[in-house]
Order: sequence, then structure tokens, then C-alpha cells
Amino acid sequence: MGTETTGATPPDGDAPRPAPPAGTAAGTAVTSRRKDRIDRLAELTARTDTSTGSGLWVEALRRLRANKTALIGLGVLAVFLVLAVIGPWIAPYSPTAQTWRGEVFPNRGIFVGPRSGNWLGLDHLGRDELSRMLVGARQTLLVGVVATLIGFTVGALIGGFSGAALALGGRAGRTVDTVVMRFTDMLLALPSLLLAVSVAAIMGQSLTTVMVAVGVVQIPVFARLLRGSMLAQANSDYVLAARALGVRRRRIVLAHVLPNSLGPVIVQSTLALATAIIEAAALSFLGLGNPDAAQPEWGVMLAQAQRFFDQAPMMAVYPALGIIITALGFTLLGEAMREALDPKLRS
Amino acid sequence: MLRLIVRRLLQLVPTLFGLSVLLFVWLRQLPGGPVTARLGERATEADRIQMERLLGLDKPLWEQYGIFLRDLITLDFGDSTRTGRPVWDEFTQRFPATVELGLSAILLAVVAGIPLGYFAARRRGSWLDAGAVSGSLLGICVPVFFLAFILKEIFAVTLGWFPSSGRLTTGIDATEVTGFAVLDGLLTREWDASADALWHLVLPAVALSSIPLAVIVRMTRASVLEVLQEDYVRTAESKGLHRATVRGRHVLRNALLPVITAIGLLTGSLLSGAVLTETVFAWNGIGSFIRDAIDARDYPVLTSFILFIALAYVLINMLVDLTYSLIDPRVRVH
Repeated sequence: MGTETTGATPPDGDAPRPAPPAGTAAGTAVTSRRKDRIDRLAELTARTDTSTGSGLWVEALRRLRANKTALIGLGVLAVFLVLAVIGPWIAPYSPTAQTWRGEVFPNRGIFVGPRSGNWLGLDHLGRDELSRMLVGARQTLLVGVVATLIGFTVGALIGGFSGAALALGGRAGRTVDTVVMRFTDMLLALPSLLLAVSVAAIMGQSLTTVMVAVGVVQIPVFARLLRGSMLAQANSDYVLAARALGVRRRRIVLAHVLPNSLGPVIVQSTLALATAIIEAAALSFLGLGNPDAAQPEWGVMLAQAQRFFDQAPMMAVYPALGIIITALGFTLLGEAMREALDPKLRS
Repeated sequence: MLRLIVRRLLQLVPTLFGLSVLLFVWLRQLPGGPVTARLGERATEADRIQMERLLGLDKPLWEQYGIFLRDLITLDFGDSTRTGRPVWDEFTQRFPATVELGLSAILLAVVAGIPLGYFAARRRGSWLDAGAVSGSLLGICVPVFFLAFILKEIFAVTLGWFPSSGRLTTGIDATEVTGFAVLDGLLTREWDASADALWHLVLPAVALSSIPLAVIVRMTRASVLEVLQEDYVRTAESKGLHRATVRGRHVLRNALLPVITAIGLLTGSLLSGAVLTETVFAWNGIGSFIRDAIDARDYPVLTSFILFIALAYVLINMLVDLTYSLIDPRVRVH
């Protein structure tokens, strides 16, 4: 059975929800449940009672390998990643050249579908759809990755700071944590798309706007997650041991607590990538996306193609399928990773 | 119970205060400041100073914040720069349409989602289970606006089963009482108007319900699976309680607690979804109004909307918490 149990493991009762730490117990009713959900994920790495006695990560990896959904997700992502990397080189034509401009007449309802030279047909300006899809894969990935990186970095900085302060900062640290967390909880209360819209309204219309807007939305989630995870680790035996040995606090936080707390955050990043891609598409649909049509991106392509849906539905279906399949890949992998980390869900 | 309500209401104060500060700061961060937002880039210096005085921007910061708060409390949200009408009037006029749409979507999601999730969990590993799980994953990954568009194209444009846009057929004689079109028809006994409104509601509500449905199915399934393993379920079964009693009183009642929470959390995504769905179906609610406001950079409308959303979100979640304590006596004790 268990090699070690940590102080953070909640008693296995009928309420799996961990009690919020004293510092934030007075938190608003508003986000308490959503906080709980994030906190639950944060708790997971602190439980280490694995059945074979091997480490948490080895166990998780073993379960992940046996999981069909994880493999499907990985497969989808592998294809997407390869396309995103080599897409621009294998694209048969330039994605921006309006080579066949004379064959497409949107206002007369004349479009060109798949044919031998253009496997996915032409878009409304006579550009090769396949080339645009291939080049667009990279842009889409870029938006997703940069947005998630923004959320991850800023969120982890805030959460890490807050968690470190709470775990090892004494009374002053607790105050710091309360203030910081109250602020992120407020952000958590705002619906994501609207938060994104407000960011986009401030920054104007561009690709950067979309990336920042979608990233900002993820900040409070990551912050709360890392803080909860660090808190769970800070209560564990090895931290107690390190403190007893007289290891400096900064070193405990940076070298022991932080690396062990990153698991749930990485899982969340995978799920966040899916959300980011979908949300970016929604922003494009609302007219806040990249106005520069020269850089194809699936969300923008979908938003533009909907105008011509009656005559050329496939023009919208290709980018939509791209978005759906990619988001599905990230979600499948993320969910499988979360299940692999959660001992309660083991069958 | 009353003490709980009062305590929850008091806990809202810091959150709302924080939000008002955030919004106040946001208002001042508009591109080029509020003055440029109103007058455009090419305004003369004299115009700018006059506008600054008009907006009270020459006063000290704390006083400006005070005025901002006073306006909020007296429901004075300013005028829409696009339509010229007071924001408050614009909102209250469109509010019923969005609530009608949102409630129908949630209702649809609950009625379909809870049984689906429950039976998926009971028959774990069956085709029903696999279908429910993969269907809900797909539901989360399909962009709402695209789903709305597809539904509209198939069922309204191609098949012609449902109307493609609006809330009522033009020319139909409907008296407006509450602003909820379906309800109005029932109240005034204009059955044809009520049916017509319901007809218009189907496609937008189905499109909007996709994400709530997916979330509710997943939550219910996971929650029922967890509860089925609990000791008290085994105890109840070994006591010889009737199957229906065990399932209804022990399993479902406990399993639904997290689901109710999830429904409250869905409000935010529902409102985001409403902006997208209403745009596709030309549904004259708050969502499509906001879309136009985004296009026109109508800042008074956008800021009030964000505050409104945050408030609605906060209140709905408070209601959810209270429902929670009604259902679960354990919560009341703490």
C-alpha cells in the first residue's frame, strides 16, 4: 500500500472537497464551488498512495499508456503539431495569392469546390483553400500556445507568489495571500468571453489582441491552481523534514515545493489549449480577430466563410473541423492526464 | 436560513466593490481615454477640454470614483453612443428576450442532461455510456456559433421546419405584457402568438444548450459513479430498502449536489454563448445588442454590460449556494 501519506490528504469521507485554508475561508460565495473544483485538481499530486509502491509520476504514466482516449488525443495532437510545423512548406500554393480570382464571384454565388489542382477548392477570393488550411494550422497553434503561455506564466507567478507567502510566510504571508487571492477570485467571477472582449476593446483589433485576451482569461485559473497545489505540498512531510534540517525557506519553496506542484498546472495547460483555440475562434467571429487577411488562421477563416455558407458550406466546414478536432485532441489528452493523476478515479 | 442569506449578501459587498474599482479603472484605460473614445481622434483642444469638464474628468480621482459609484447606484449608466438612448432603457427592453432564451436552454440541458448522465453512469461501459461521454466531449469542443449556424442552415434554411431568425413572425398580432413572448401569448390568450414564439425559440435554445448539456451530462455521470461506490448506498441496499428508494433518495439526491453547483457556474458561459447565438439568429436580446456595441466601440454599453453580467453571475451563484443548503442539510450545519 501507500509508501507515505501526506498531511494534506483529506480524510476519505463522503465529502471529497478539501476544506479551504483558513486564509481564504471567508472568500465570496460566488466562486467558492469553482474554486473547489480547481483546488481539487491542485490536491491530486499531494496524494501518493499508489498501489504498486512506485512513484506518482511513474504510476500516472503507466495508466496513461493503457488509456485509449489518451492515445487518441496524442495521435490527433501529433498530426496537428506536424502539420503546424511543416504546413507552410508542404502547402502547394501561396496561401495569400489570389491566383484564381477570376473564377470566383461571391456576389453572384459562384464558388469553386474541390478539383484536381485545388483539393479543397478555392476560398471567396480565389485562394487555394488547402494551402490556407495548412498554413493556418501554424497560426492557430500559435494563438493557442501563446495565449496559454500568457495565462500560465502570469498565473503561475501570481499563484506561486501567493502560495509561497501563505505556506512559509507566517502571518504577513497569510495577509498577502488573502489579498492576492481575493483579486483573482474577482477575475474568476467574470465570464471569460466578456473578459476577453473587454481586453480586446482596449487593445483594438489584432492577432496579439486575441492572444492576450484569451490568455488573460486563463490567469486566475492558473494562479488558483498553482497556489492550491503548493499549499498541499507545503503541508507534506518532506517539507517538514527540510525545515527541521534548517534548509532556507527560499530554497524549500524553489527546489522542493514548486517542482512538485507543477503536475496539475501542466494538466490544466493541456485543457486550456483547447479552450484557447475555441475562444479565439469566437473572438474572431465577433469581429475582434486578426484583420490582416494575409495571415490565414482557422478562426478568422471560419468567421469569414460563414457569410457564404449558403453557396459554399464546405469553406466554413474545413476550418470548423480543424478547430473541433484539435480542441478534441487537447481535451482528450488533458482529461486522460487528469484521470491518470487522480487516484480516486482509478478503476 | 435568514442568517445565512444575510451573511451571503454581506459577503457580496467586497466582491462588488472590487469589481466597481476594476471597471472604473477600465473606463479610464479606454484607447486614448474616454474623451477620444467619444470625440474621435480629430477633436480640437477646446472641444476636448469642454468634454473633460462635461464628463467630470477635471475633478480629483476619488471624487470621480464617487460620482461613478453614485451613478451606478442610481442606475444611471449613461447613454449609448450608438443609439443615443439611455443604456438602462436599452437593457431592460432586451432583457426578457435573453432571459427567455437562456432559461429555455438551461431547462433543455437539465431535462435531457441529468437522465442521460444518470443512465450513462448506471450502465457504465455500455453503448449509451460511450455515446454520452463522447457526445459531451464533442459538445464542449464545437464552437457555439458554428453549431448555431449549422442548425440554422439545416433546419431553417434547407428543411424549413423552423424560422431562421427573430422572435416572432412579422405581422403576427401579439400584445406585449412582460416581454417574454411565449408567456405573453399565454397571458393574453393569443395562443397563435405563443406558439409562434415557441417555434422561434427552438433552434436558438438548442444551440445555446449544447455546452450546458455537455457539462451537465459529464457532471451527473461522474457524480453518480462516485456516489454509487459510497458505503451508505451499500448499507441502504443491504438494509433491504426498495431499489427505487435507494436510487432516488440516496444516490440521485447526493449525486445532484455538484450538478446544481455546475449549473450555477454555467451562467457565465451561457451569457457568452448568448452573445454568439443571438447574433446568428438575429435574436433581439442583450447578446446581439452587445455584438453591435462591440462593432461600434460603444463603451458605456460595454462597461455597464460587464458590471451587469458580473452582478448577475454573483447573484445566481448565491442562489445556487442557498439551494445547496436547502437540499443538503450538511451544508447548513457548517
